[in-house]
Amino acid sequence: MSQTTRHPGLNLGSKHQSADDQAETEVFGFWVFMMSDAILFGLLMATYVVMRPNTNGGPGPQELFELKSIFIETMLLLTSSVAIGFSHLALKHEPRPVKMVLWLLIAMALALTFVGFEIHDFLKMFSEGGTPQRSGFLSSFFALVPLHGLHVTFSCLWAVAILGQMLVYGLDDRVKLSMVRLAVLWHFLDIVWIGIFSIVYIGGLA
Amino acid sequence: MNTWSSIWGFPFGRLTLDALPVTDIVRADGRTELLSGITGTAAAGMAVLGFVVVVILITVKGWWRPLWSEWLTSVDHKKIGIMYIVFSFVMLARALAEAFVMRSQQVVGHDGGGIVMPDHFAQLFTTHGTIMIFFMAMPFLTGMINFVMPLQIGARDVAFPVLNSVSLMLTIAGGLILMISLVLEPFSTGGWSGYPPYTEAAYNPGAGPDYWIWAVTLSSIGSTFTGLNFAVTIYKKRCPGMKLMRMPLFTWTSLCTSILMIFAMPPLTIATALLALDRYMGFHFFTNGGGGNMMNYANLFWLFGHPEVYILILPAFGVWSEVFSTFSGKTLYGYTALVIATMAIAVLSFTVWVHHFFTMGQSANLNAAFGIATMTIGVPTGVKIYDWMLTMFRGRVRISVPMLYAIAFLFLFTIGGLSGIILANPSVDYQVHNTLFLVAHFHNMLIPGLLYGMIAGYTMWFPKAFGFRLDEKWGYRAAWCWILGFMGAFFPLYVLGLMGMPRRMSGYFSGQWLPWTIIALGGAVLILAGFLALIVQLWVSVRDRKRLAVPVGDPWDGRSLEWGIPAPAPEWNFPSLPRVEGRDAFATLKASGHDLGPPEDGFEDIWLPKNAAFGPVIGALGTALAFTLTWYMWWAVLPLAALVPLVIIAQGFRRDTEKRVPAEEVRKEWRAFRELAARTPRVPRTSEYTRDNRGHAIPMSQEATR
Repeated sequence: MSQTTRHPGLNLGSKHQSADDQAETEVFGFWVFMMSDAILFGLLMATYVVMRPNTNGGPGPQELFELKSIFIETMLLLTSSVAIGFSHLALKHEPRPVKMVLWLLIAMALALTFVGFEIHDFLKMFSEGGTPQRSGFLSSFFALVPLHGLHVTFSCLWAVAILGQMLVYGLDDRVKLSMVRLAVLWHFLDIVWIGIFSIVYIGGLA
Repeated sequence: MNTWSSIWGFPFGRLTLDALPVTDIVRADGRTELLSGITGTAAAGMAVLGFVVVVILITVKGWWRPLWSEWLTSVDHKKIGIMYIVFSFVMLARALAEAFVMRSQQVVGHDGGGIVMPDHFAQLFTTHGTIMIFFMAMPFLTGMINFVMPLQIGARDVAFPVLNSVSLMLTIAGGLILMISLVLEPFSTGGWSGYPPYTEAAYNPGAGPDYWIWAVTLSSIGSTFTGLNFAVTIYKKRCPGMKLMRMPLFTWTSLCTSILMIFAMPPLTIATALLALDRYMGFHFFTNGGGGNMMNYANLFWLFGHPEVYILILPAFGVWSEVFSTFSGKTLYGYTALVIATMAIAVLSFTVWVHHFFTMGQSANLNAAFGIATMTIGVPTGVKIYDWMLTMFRGRVRISVPMLYAIAFLFLFTIGGLSGIILANPSVDYQVHNTLFLVAHFHNMLIPGLLYGMIAGYTMWFPKAFGFRLDEKWGYRAAWCWILGFMGAFFPLYVLGLMGMPRRMSGYFSGQWLPWTIIALGGAVLILAGFLALIVQLWVSVRDRKRLAVPVGDPWDGRSLEWGIPAPAPEWNFPSLPRVEGRDAFATLKASGHDLGPPEDGFEDIWLPKNAAFGPVIGALGTALAFTLTWYMWWAVLPLAALVPLVIIAQGFRRDTEKRVPAEEVRKEWRAFRELAARTPRVPRTSEYTRDNRGHAIPMSQEATR
C-alpha cells in the first residue's frame, strides 16, 4: 500500500521509502494530538470569554492590553511560521540540510523574540496591578496566553533536540519525521495565536 | 524551622507525623473517633503489608529481572493490556472494601456514631468514586481494548507502542498516589467530581484535594494518549481487506471510545489544572470571591464527565456484541444498526452534560433542552438491546458464564436506563437530585453495564491471553453473586432515594431508612463474595491449567481474527498480516473448511518494537512529581519537573528501537501450531465446558448439518 499512502511532506523518491512508510501513521497521530490540544485551547478561550466581565474591580483589558506590542508579536509569530514552512520545503526538496537548518534557526529566533515580547508584556501588566490573582478575568487570561507561550518555548526546545539529533545521526528518518511533526505544531500554534489575538486581545479591547 | 526550609519545603514540605492514620487513634476523643482511627490505620496497614508481601515475594522468587525486562518495560500491546487489567483488579479490591465500609457505616451510623467519622466517610466516598472510575473502570476497558482490538483488526501492535506503555505507567502513577494517600492522609473529601469552591484552599487547605488533583490529572493525560493511540491504530493499522464496515463490533466501540477520549479528557485536564492554579497560586477560577465562578468547573468537569460514562459503557457494548453472537452461534443481528447506534451515542454523549446540574440555577428552557437531549440517548441504546435479543433469536444459545452476565445485563441495564429517563426529566430531577436514587441509577448502569461487560470479556478472552480457560464452576458462582449482590445492594437505594435519603451520608436519625440500608449491606456482602469467587476462580484455574488448556486457541467457536491464532498468542500476533474478505472473518474461513493459513508469499522477517524503559521512567517521575507537589516539597519538584523534558528528549535520541524475529522462527512456530491443531480433535459446542475442549471448536455451521 506504500505507493498510495505516501505523505506529501516527505515524498522524496525511493531513497526515503522507510520514512514515507512511517510518516502516514506518525503525522496522522500527531494531527489527532493537535485536535486534542485544540480542545484544550478552545476550552480556555471559552473560559476567558465567560470570565471576561469578572474584573473584580481590578484593571480590565482597556488598561492592560497594548495593541502595538501585540501586533509586533503577531507579526513575529506569523513570520516564524513562514520560516518553518521554508525549512519544511527545504527538507523536501534540498539534498543537503543546510537550508533546512538555516530556516529552522530563523524560525526559532523569531519565535523566541515573540516569547521575549510576551514576557515583557506580562511584566508590564504585573507592574500595573494586572496579576492573575487580582481577578477571574486575569486568571483566565494568564491560564490561556502563557500556555500558548509555553507551547512556543517547548517547540523551540524540540527544534534544539532535532538539531542535536542531526549532529549525532545526520538527516535520518527519525529526524525527518520529527521535522514534519514540528512543522505541524508550529503552524497549529499560529492558528491558536490568531484565536488568542481575535478573542482575547481584539475581543477584549472592542 | 528556618525560612529557607519553610519556603523550599526541605525535606518533607508540609508532611508531618499527623499524616499517619495512627495519630487518629492517639488523638481519638470518643468511641466513633477511635473506631474511625482504627479503620483508617487498618486500611493503611493492609496497604503497607500488601506492598511488603509483594516485594518479599518478588525478591524471594527472583522475579525482579523478569518483571522489569518482560513486563514493565514491555511495549507489547497484549502484555500492556494484561498489566492494565491486573492493576484494575487490585484497585477494584480496594474500592470494594471501601464500599463495604460505607454500607456498614450507613447501617451502624443510624442514630449517630458508627465506625467512621464524617470526614473519614467523605474520604471513603471520594476515593471509592475516583478509584472506580479512573483506576478500575478505565484501566479495565483500556486493558481489554489493548489486548483484543489489535488482534481483531489483524495488526501487529498499536500505532505507538511506546506511548502505550507511557499511558499505562501514567495510570499506574495515579493509582500509586491514591495508595500512598491511604498511608499518608488525608485524601480529598470533595467526592469524585471534586467540586470547588469546597475543594478550594479556603475550605480545604490540606493535602487531600491536591492528591486528588494530581492522581486524576496523571490518569487523564494517560487516557488522552490512549484514545489517540487506539484511534490511530484503528484508522491506520487494519490488515488488508479489513474495511471499516467489516470490523468486529468490539473494534467499532473501541474506535468510538477512543474518539470520546480524545475529545473528553482535555476538559478534565483543564478542570483539574485550573483548580490546581487556584489552590497553588491563588488564581480565581472557581473561588467564591475575586471574580471566580464555580459554574465554570461544573461545565468543564461534566463536559468530560458525561462523555466519560459512554467511554465506560461503549467497550462493554462491544463485548456484549461479541458475547451474544459467539454464544448464539450466529452472526450479529443488525450490524449496521449497531454501528450507527454506537456512533449516535458517541455524538449524543457530548450534548447532555448540563443534566448533571439541572438544579444549579440555569433557565427552565435550557433544562428542557438538555432533558430532551438526554432522553434521546435511550433510542440508539434501545436499538442495541433489540439487536442483541434478535441475535439470540433462533440461535443455538449456550448459557456460558459470559452469556449469563450478558442476559443479566439485558434486564438490569434496561431497568437502569428507565430510571435514567426518569432522571432526565428536570422536574423529577429536582425532587431526587443528590439522593440515593441517583446513586442507584448510575451504579445500575455501571455495574451491569460496564463491570459485568468487563468480567464477561475477561472470561471470554482469558484463554487467548494465557492458553487456558477460567474454571466455569467458580465463574457461575461469581456471576450469580455479582448479579444478586448488585440487586440487593442497589435496588434498595432507589427506595431510599425516593424516601429522600441524601447521598454521601454518614449518619441519620430517620428510622424508616434503616431496614433498606440493612438490605443494601446484605447485597454488598454478596458482591464481596462475588469478587472473592473471581479470585478463587483465578487461583483454581491456574492450578488446573493443564485440564483447562486450549492451545489451539479457539475454545468458543469464535468469529473474529483473534481466534485463529494460538493461545497464548505469539508476540508477533500473526505470521503475516491476514487478508479479510468480509465480516466475521474467522467464522467465514472456518465455514469453508479453512483456517488462517500460512502466508501466500512465504514467511518474512518480522520487526517488532524493542522494550523501552521510557514508560516506567515517566511513570516514576509522574508519581514523584505528584507526591512532592501534594506535600509542597519544592526542592524536589523543580528538578523533577526539569527532568521530564530531558527524559523525553533523551528518548528522541534513541535509534535502535526494533528487533528482528527471523522468518525461520515464525515459520517453525506456525508449523508447530498447525500440526497441533491437526492432531487435536475438534469439539462440538455441547462439550465446550469439558476437558475435551482443547480450543479446537467445530464450527457451528458444520455441527448443525452433521
